[in-house]
Amino acid sequence: MSDEIKVDLELDLKGLLCPLPMVKVSQNISKVEVGEVIRAVATDPGAMADIPAWAKSTGNEVLQAEKVDGEFVFLVKRVK
Amino acid sequence: MPEEETRQKSLAMVVMSGDMDKLFGAFIIATGAAAMGMEVTMFFTFWGLRAIKKNVSTGKTLFGKMLGMMYGGDITKANPSKFSFGGMGRWMFGKMMGNHNVSKLIELRDLAVTLGVNMYGCQMSMDVMEIPQETFIEGVKEPVGVGFFIMKAQDADIQLFI
Repeated sequence: MSDEIKVDLELDLKGLLCPLPMVKVSQNISKVEVGEVIRAVATDPGAMADIPAWAKSTGNEVLQAEKVDGEFVFLVKRVK
Repeated sequence: MPEEETRQKSLAMVVMSGDMDKLFGAFIIATGAAAMGMEVTMFFTFWGLRAIKKNVSTGKTLFGKMLGMMYGGDITKANPSKFSFGGMGRWMFGKMMGNHNVSKLIELRDLAVTLGVNMYGCQMSMDVMEIPQETFIEGVKEPVGVGFFIMKAQDADIQLFI
């Protein structure tokens, strides 16, 4: 459950469209330490594919990507 | 292999088009690739040069000045490749994109600069079209030629021509 994961930074990506949700996550990942977690909320359905792809390419980890009440909620852990 | 793990991937792109829709594609790909940790090279040539130009007049000779008048301004003057209708298409697409909250083309370009995308003007087309380096926006690197682009493209994981 997401409640058990400690979130270190909240990101509001609502209303943003491609490529901005992914760009914002990438710009903010350096604001948390390795091992810390960003919680990002987007409304662009494309982010469901893009943010996991970004994580795969950059060596970070998506702990959660799910649709909640029409929004897309991501938990992204900084791995490196 | 350790080399495989540490090597930064790269993308090399020629931007020949000055069309609004194609420039959207170019800058979305460039900013996306930069966000994904890639080194990005954009090589602007011919109609693409206006995308990195400030809104200033250009041209030394009569033809150069005529070109500067007919194809002047900056990236905000880019028309769509279809449904241009003398500027109407640009206005309509601008409205539609605004309604869907898509970033403006100029914002995407400036984001690309912020993300460290390497932008170069093609020296030869700058000479032919009489568009000098000082008319380019901040962040555009000194002009290069095809040899430089090929060197970058040879080493790149993705090569695009837009």
